[in-house]
Amino acid sequence: MDFNDTPAEAAFRAEARGWLAAHAPAHELTPGLKIPDTEEADRSRAWMRELFDGGWSGLTFPKALGGRGLTGIEAVIFSEEESRYHLPKGPFTSIGTGMALPVIAKHGNDAQRAQFIEPTLKGDLTWCQLFSEPSAGSDLANLRTKAVRAEDGSGDWIVNGQKVWSSWAHLTDWGILVVRTDPAVPKHKGLTFFVVDMKTPGIETRPIRQISGMSEFNETFLTDVRIPDANRIGAIGEGWACCMTVLMGERLGSGAHRSGVEPLIAMAARTPAHDGSTMLDDRAVRLALADALAEEQGERFFQARLRTMVSKGENPGALAGMIKLAYAGRQQKALGLGMELRGLDAIAADPADSATADLQYDYIYSTVMRIAGGADEVLRNQIAERVLGMPGEVRMDKDIPFEQLK
Amino acid sequence: MDFDLSDEQKMLADQARGLLAERTPYDRLRKLIDSGAEWDEQLWRELGEMGFLGANIPQEFGGLGMAELDLGVIAQELGRANAAVPFFSSIVLAADAIRLAGSAAQKAEWLPRLASGEVIACFASAEGPGPLLGQGTQLTDGKLSGAKHPVADAGIAALAVVQVGDGLALVKLDQPGVTRTRLDSFDQLRAHYRIDFADALAEPMPGAGVLATLLDRAAVQAAFEAVGGSEACLAMGRDYTMGRTMFGRPLAGYQAIKHKLADVAVAIELAKSNAYFAGWAAECSADDLPGAAASARLTAIKAFEMAARENLQVHGGIGYTFEANCHFYYRRERMLAVIVGGRGYWADRLLNAQPGAQGQTHSTGKAA
Ligand SMILES: Cc1cc2nc3c(=O)[nH]c(=O)nc-3n(C[C@H](O)[C@H](O)[C@H](O)COP(=O)(O)OP(=O)(O)OC[C@H]3O[C@@H](n4cnc5c(N)ncnc54)[C@H](O)[C@@H]3O)c2cc1C
Repeated sequence: MDFNDTPAEAAFRAEARGWLAAHAPAHELTPGLKIPDTEEADRSRAWMRELFDGGWSGLTFPKALGGRGLTGIEAVIFSEEESRYHLPKGPFTSIGTGMALPVIAKHGNDAQRAQFIEPTLKGDLTWCQLFSEPSAGSDLANLRTKAVRAEDGSGDWIVNGQKVWSSWAHLTDWGILVVRTDPAVPKHKGLTFFVVDMKTPGIETRPIRQISGMSEFNETFLTDVRIPDANRIGAIGEGWACCMTVLMGERLGSGAHRSGVEPLIAMAARTPAHDGSTMLDDRAVRLALADALAEEQGERFFQARLRTMVSKGENPGALAGMIKLAYAGRQQKALGLGMELRGLDAIAADPADSATADLQYDYIYSTVMRIAGGADEVLRNQIAERVLGMPGEVRMDKDIPFEQLK
Repeated sequence: MDFDLSDEQKMLADQARGLLAERTPYDRLRKLIDSGAEWDEQLWRELGEMGFLGANIPQEFGGLGMAELDLGVIAQELGRANAAVPFFSSIVLAADAIRLAGSAAQKAEWLPRLASGEVIACFASAEGPGPLLGQGTQLTDGKLSGAKHPVADAGIAALAVVQVGDGLALVKLDQPGVTRTRLDSFDQLRAHYRIDFADALAEPMPGAGVLATLLDRAAVQAAFEAVGGSEACLAMGRDYTMGRTMFGRPLAGYQAIKHKLADVAVAIELAKSNAYFAGWAAECSADDLPGAAASARLTAIKAFEMAARENLQVHGGIGYTFEANCHFYYRRERMLAVIVGGRGYWADRLLNAQPGAQGQTHSTGKAA
């Protein structure tokens, strides 16, 4: 075991650090300052472009496909260094790099790779994910949006249905889409995967008001949307395998929204208690903060173990879900504690107190981490089944053609 | 970064696990308890012959000169087997104390014999309910008086490392000034004693200010031991529920059970990850050790707590019987929970290791 950088890794870190110092500050967002989502999108694109021009996009992507062909460890080093800056990153660009590109690279053809990979890495093309539906979330394969061949013999597909919770669908250029092409077979088998230009006639996005007060996700209605067969990714009926590729990327990448325990410790130290002491002197607060910090460290070193596996060519599989399950719960608990130690001020603070504003927002957002990208209960099932080898869930819909399901 | 055990360490673990699985099955533990034995002497001799006991003791003192992590790997397997051996007392605490605080002569006299297992030492610190480090014993002109209790493995030990105030002293137990009285032990596989010292001859160790580091290093090993015990509980609970049919299907298929054990599995991986880092830090990064040891300690106790309790829970009534194997861990877990100081001490140790996070009233880190 060696926790220090190897000489090669140290050199890579120094190079990344040097480049970031020269280029990242100009792109930083002001902490606590809310900007319109169109501006956030533009600034995300600009940062993608900067990364691309500097040779820092698609780090783990094969060179032949326009990436740098580096190892997972180098990608970790870069993201560690990058996370020292408050940069415009998030689903707006990560759906493209973390979901669309892996699926296109793995299941797409050469023409599709040529068309989509480089523009996406450059930030010229942004993506949304059109998977979830009102009756298909954790049970994604239950989706109903359907595609049939056009009757004009063009080979095009005509899509009808409704997607929901489509993050940034109102501002992105293209979508990754999974639909049902064969209702006569069991649900997982009748799915096909597409990419779709969001400007295609028949696509309508309606923003949904979220509990955070923002509207980053949408309902997306698809009415007679015509998609050329050239935009089909993988074979007809292979949609589920494509979805698995996407969801794996989602799990490995989802550490990005982590908010740490250290700022809460600093906040406790700044919050007065009785008799000139601070909240960091409070026994109950200390125990709870220490528990949260110890768990956070455990997540960090567990992540390091998984990244080491990846760099040795092993597949962490369901182990990745363990980290997500751990941090989603820990984060919500720690942020809740953060509000408590701040006292009543946590509810309505001085407008200049951006740390409390962030805390409020993060506490609201911590709910998302427990639902999206594999909900807690779904992850527990996966861990029990795939890591511990316990029996699968009872399924009432197994082997039954989709059209016969109630 | 290469954050994994080395191939050699994995082999060491396999070797230890294989030996322990063969030599100390649960039925043997039951026999030891029934016979009132203080320890598994035969197993201890074998561990000594294999070199496991001297794993991290320097070669010049008869050990293998391996790293803290190597010892951790062994501790994990001892925890998995719930072996009835004085490893924690003699190797993790006493030998390490001599290594950290002993004079050259003291090291030369004791370490080789501790490394081989020929001599056993116990570690005496507590003085009844309260802190791990008692403050009522007096050492004057090489004479020790007071009482330490409980002290694990004192009945089979020839030597005690005794904490006196902020320092440590060596006391041979076979002398007129020392009285040992066996206590009923909650952990039935570790005999505990009260030791009364009446002007007992004691040799102070010259090293000062080592207690906190000693406890850090011991906490790392306790974390490994707890991880091993937790893994045994998880496997036992999983296997039992897989084999038990309930309302027409395996108990293991119910979500209440799956989710419980999944949570245990996550807690174990967090603890293990922290233990790996802390084991590495104990050897390679002294600055990181206090915080890393505290994180390992807090998460490992949490994991073992969950694992030991929920393992018994999923067994139902049979879990409450002596014939089932849950109780060994259910008891050992509580011992590990208190063996190197309470959670308040480790919470302080962790927070105080954070830059800029020293509390005003609790920053001394004393009174483990
Ligand atoms: C902020 C946000 C952004 C999102 N962005 C996108 C996006 O861009 N594109 C997209 O396609 N989707 C997106 N999603 C949707 C997300 O993928 C789903 O919310 C998620 O898959 C859960 O599905 P659901 O909401 O239908 O909840 P459900 O699946 O209905 O889950 C409800 C509850 O049931 C539990 N549950 C589910 N299955 C089981 C089971 N087998 N056993 C026990 N309990 C179970 C869940 O854990 C949860 O607690 C987003 C969601 C959020 C919150």
